[in-house]
Amino acid sequence: MKIMKKKKGNSGTGKNVFREIGEIFRDGDVLTKLSFALLGVSNLFRRQVIKGLLYFTMELGFIFYMIMFGVTALSHLDNLGDQKQGMVFDEARGIYVKTQGQNSMLLLLAAVVGIFIIVVFAVIWFSNIRSAIRVQKLKEQGKHIPNFREDIRSYADAKLHKALLAVPFLGILMFNVLPLVFMILIAFTNFDKTHQPPGNLFTWVGLANFKTMLNAGSTIGRTFWPILIWTIVWAVFATFLNYILGMILAIMINRKETRFKRFWRTIFVMSIAVPQFVSLLVMRSMLQESGAVNVLLQELGLIDSSLPFLSSGLWAKVTVIIVNIWVGVPYTMLITTGILQNIPADLYEAARVDGANPYQMFVKITLPYMFFITTPYLITQFVGNINNFNVIFLLTGGGPNTLKFYQAGHTDLLVTWLYKLTVNSFDYSYAAVIGIIVFIISAVLSLITYRNTKSYKNEEDYQ
Amino acid sequence: MKKERSMKKKQTASNALVHVILALLSCIWIFPILWIIMTSFRGDPGSYQPYFWPKSFTFDNYTELFTDVRQFFFLRWFGNTFFVAVCSCLLSTFYVLCVSYSFSRLRFHGRKGFMNVGLILNMFPGFMSMIAVYYILKGIGITQSLIALILVYSSGAGLQYHIAKGFFDTVPKALDESALLDGANKWQVFTKITMPLSQPIIVYTVLTSFLAPWLDFIFAKVIMGDNYKNYTVAIGLWTMLQKEYVNMWYTRFAAGAVVVSIPIAILFVVMQKYYVEGIASGAVKG
Repeated sequence: MKIMKKKKGNSGTGKNVFREIGEIFRDGDVLTKLSFALLGVSNLFRRQVIKGLLYFTMELGFIFYMIMFGVTALSHLDNLGDQKQGMVFDEARGIYVKTQGQNSMLLLLAAVVGIFIIVVFAVIWFSNIRSAIRVQKLKEQGKHIPNFREDIRSYADAKLHKALLAVPFLGILMFNVLPLVFMILIAFTNFDKTHQPPGNLFTWVGLANFKTMLNAGSTIGRTFWPILIWTIVWAVFATFLNYILGMILAIMINRKETRFKRFWRTIFVMSIAVPQFVSLLVMRSMLQESGAVNVLLQELGLIDSSLPFLSSGLWAKVTVIIVNIWVGVPYTMLITTGILQNIPADLYEAARVDGANPYQMFVKITLPYMFFITTPYLITQFVGNINNFNVIFLLTGGGPNTLKFYQAGHTDLLVTWLYKLTVNSFDYSYAAVIGIIVFIISAVLSLITYRNTKSYKNEEDYQ
Repeated sequence: MKKERSMKKKQTASNALVHVILALLSCIWIFPILWIIMTSFRGDPGSYQPYFWPKSFTFDNYTELFTDVRQFFFLRWFGNTFFVAVCSCLLSTFYVLCVSYSFSRLRFHGRKGFMNVGLILNMFPGFMSMIAVYYILKGIGITQSLIALILVYSSGAGLQYHIAKGFFDTVPKALDESALLDGANKWQVFTKITMPLSQPIIVYTVLTSFLAPWLDFIFAKVIMGDNYKNYTVAIGLWTMLQKEYVNMWYTRFAAGAVVVSIPIAILFVVMQKYYVEGIASGAVKG
């Protein structure tokens, strides 16, 4: 719960942290000033014994950590280790012995953890001096000083947000923020397959990886650009085809004249109720050269030889888009049904009087209305499709493979390529660069739109 | 008069056309499902067959799926997944509700800043950091264990606060204020006033977080490595289709797929309403 305070200060709103520290130092008496170095003193001598001791214990713990691990961990941050694992001739025994080298990866991880601990301690320290001055002022004004139990009780009321956020924040910090910071740092090192610890060391290389990635002349760059283009083409098709076809399906089912509405809806819902990885794996095995679809088409006499659904580059691209329609259309149908029914009926009535046909009504009324209303949904879908790992990975595995690309196939998206670089070839540095690029694309797309939506600006409208 | 009749005819024709199209589409959408059910009962061994309709039918695929434990442990995987799903679902739901309630109802310094940070964190591809997560788990010494999976699935859950926050935003604030006037503290407002009114979003959160471990195989695969005993059903089924196993396990894979799909499909149909409400409320507000 202490972690939050620091970030709160950083978020830019409210008072400047440094000015506040200065003010506390200026206004503080001896005990408060002492608390700057000895945490908890001000609380300890003003009847908040437990609180004071807690602060003091944390300081001891921090000092212990720094002496035992922290200083060494941070000292390796400059070059991430310089002793390779090697062979040394042991004269006494007359053999070569392996010497323990340094592991750049573990060194970097330890350093990142060290930085996190320092930040956390800084937050604790800040909360400590704030608490010191608070209790000093209470005493000066002769007010009641809350004891430990009252302090705890305030976490169910005025400080409820701290109590509620503490554990979730800790989880996010450990399993989201920390790994993410680590990986972002990796993007600036040469941690690829030729620099694998413990056998080898890696070190900082600045922006070199980004340059290689964006340089269309290098092997990596020759792979990156086609994959980036395909990722965008894929996201456009996957998003808008699903959106439009799903809406048409919803309209067809919900027409006044259509019968068995429930029956149709159930069938389409059935297809998405099946777990996606199951249906995708099933699709993959059906679309093999000797899979069910080819066999069925041959038995029906429609084709002579198997169609290369997943084994030819262009075919595979079309196939994944079509299969994705199969996956996505029922979702769009479900979600748009309700919204479609909210379109004012008199719009259609007027159009009908003017003699518009269903196609014109769809293009001139339904689409603009829906685009306007569901922009946030479309953007999330688009970003989701850029990151759509499952469909590609389960269906084609990125294949068919090609020698033109480095560790990638014709249908690989940036994210599946990232996965392959991580899992298959251990090119962590390039994988991290791709992760950052995907982030930039998603962030630019969504921040602009998201910040312009009403739900962000007027979030209290509904309350 | 004549014009009206031709209009009517045209309408009947287009009506029939719509029904034909719907029927056709339904066939396409239902075809893979029927096919996998058929394959799960196929008596002919091996993977791909040069004919569509199986020559014989059997129930053995199902019994062997559960009893043949020479390589794979399907029953155990099922238990693993269920255990992980229950634990991570409880934790995730708790996290999501705490975070979204705080962001929606409590006003504190830096709230918007936190929400923006959350938004930014969500924009990185989820498994970009998978290797770092793996090494952190290794550092704690719990790789290849179910606890690791539970931690990974639930600890980030706090970031998925958007939908629940959107819901809390719509609960009238007047209720809170009158309870506060009556002397309740904020914790009591949260548990006694808001929670009982939030059943739909709780159900939605519980179900989505329960389903996640059944569907994910990326993290599960990285964390479990070759420890077959601790696999979840998703990676298990995926492994069955790998080249080494596909010949032997193809029809059993089909049986496994059916077995896993049934409970999940039921859950999905149950939560369909909440799902649509949740997404739609986020989609329309713009």
